[in-house]
Amino acid sequence: MPIPIDRDELQRLIRDEQAQLVEVLPPDEYDDEHLPGAINIPLKALDRETTRRLDRNRPVIVYCYDSQ
Amino acid sequence: MSPRAAWRLESLGFTRVHDYVAGKADWGSFGLQLEGQRHSGTRVGAYLHADVPTCALEEPLPAVCERVRAAGEDTCFVVNEQRIVLGRLGRTALARDDDVTVEVAMTAGPSTVRPSLDLAAAIERMRKQKLSNLPVTRPDGVLLGLVRRDDAEQALNEI
Repeated sequence: MPIPIDRDELQRLIRDEQAQLVEVLPPDEYDDEHLPGAINIPLKALDRETTRRLDRNRPVIVYCYDSQ
Repeated sequence: MSPRAAWRLESLGFTRVHDYVAGKADWGSFGLQLEGQRHSGTRVGAYLHADVPTCALEEPLPAVCERVRAAGEDTCFVVNEQRIVLGRLGRTALARDDDVTVEVAMTAGPSTVRPSLDLAAAIERMRKQKLSNLPVTRPDGVLLGLVRRDDAEQALNEI
């Protein structure tokens, strides 16, 4: 089950566990602004091929704009 | 959207999936850095003055007025020990000469903005409310500083 996290836990996961950040918004919104180090895989494009670049042994953190 | 993405990743066999539900709006609203093509100067956070005068509820107003005038400021924000914004002393309050506490003289619950707010939106709010500045806080209410209308208008003209 995916684990909801807050900002502090996100920073800890990146620092201590080399977590991978994935923004799931469309590319234009990612290009506009994104969290440092994040890659972009839009929700509509999430599949086996596009997620091949992710390391399955490290945590993956997804985010969008807000909780709405 | 991110919860669906998190579940989709699980369906693809990922076992260590986390969801930063509050997203980049939360990140930016705490004044944390974002990368990308957007001009950083279009956000309130780029024009933040952190050295804003502050005072406590129970302080005597005359002493605070003297301190604020000496600093050449026309606004003082009332904060608690956690630096949460409780009130504002504007020009009218700072012009009072009676011996009352800050709590009596302040305007409670002033409007605040986040560092991630568009500069144009902040200017519009200051114009509508006839304010020369706005306090900038984190989402939890902690004061970060203030943004001045003059600075913001000048910056927007130069962008």
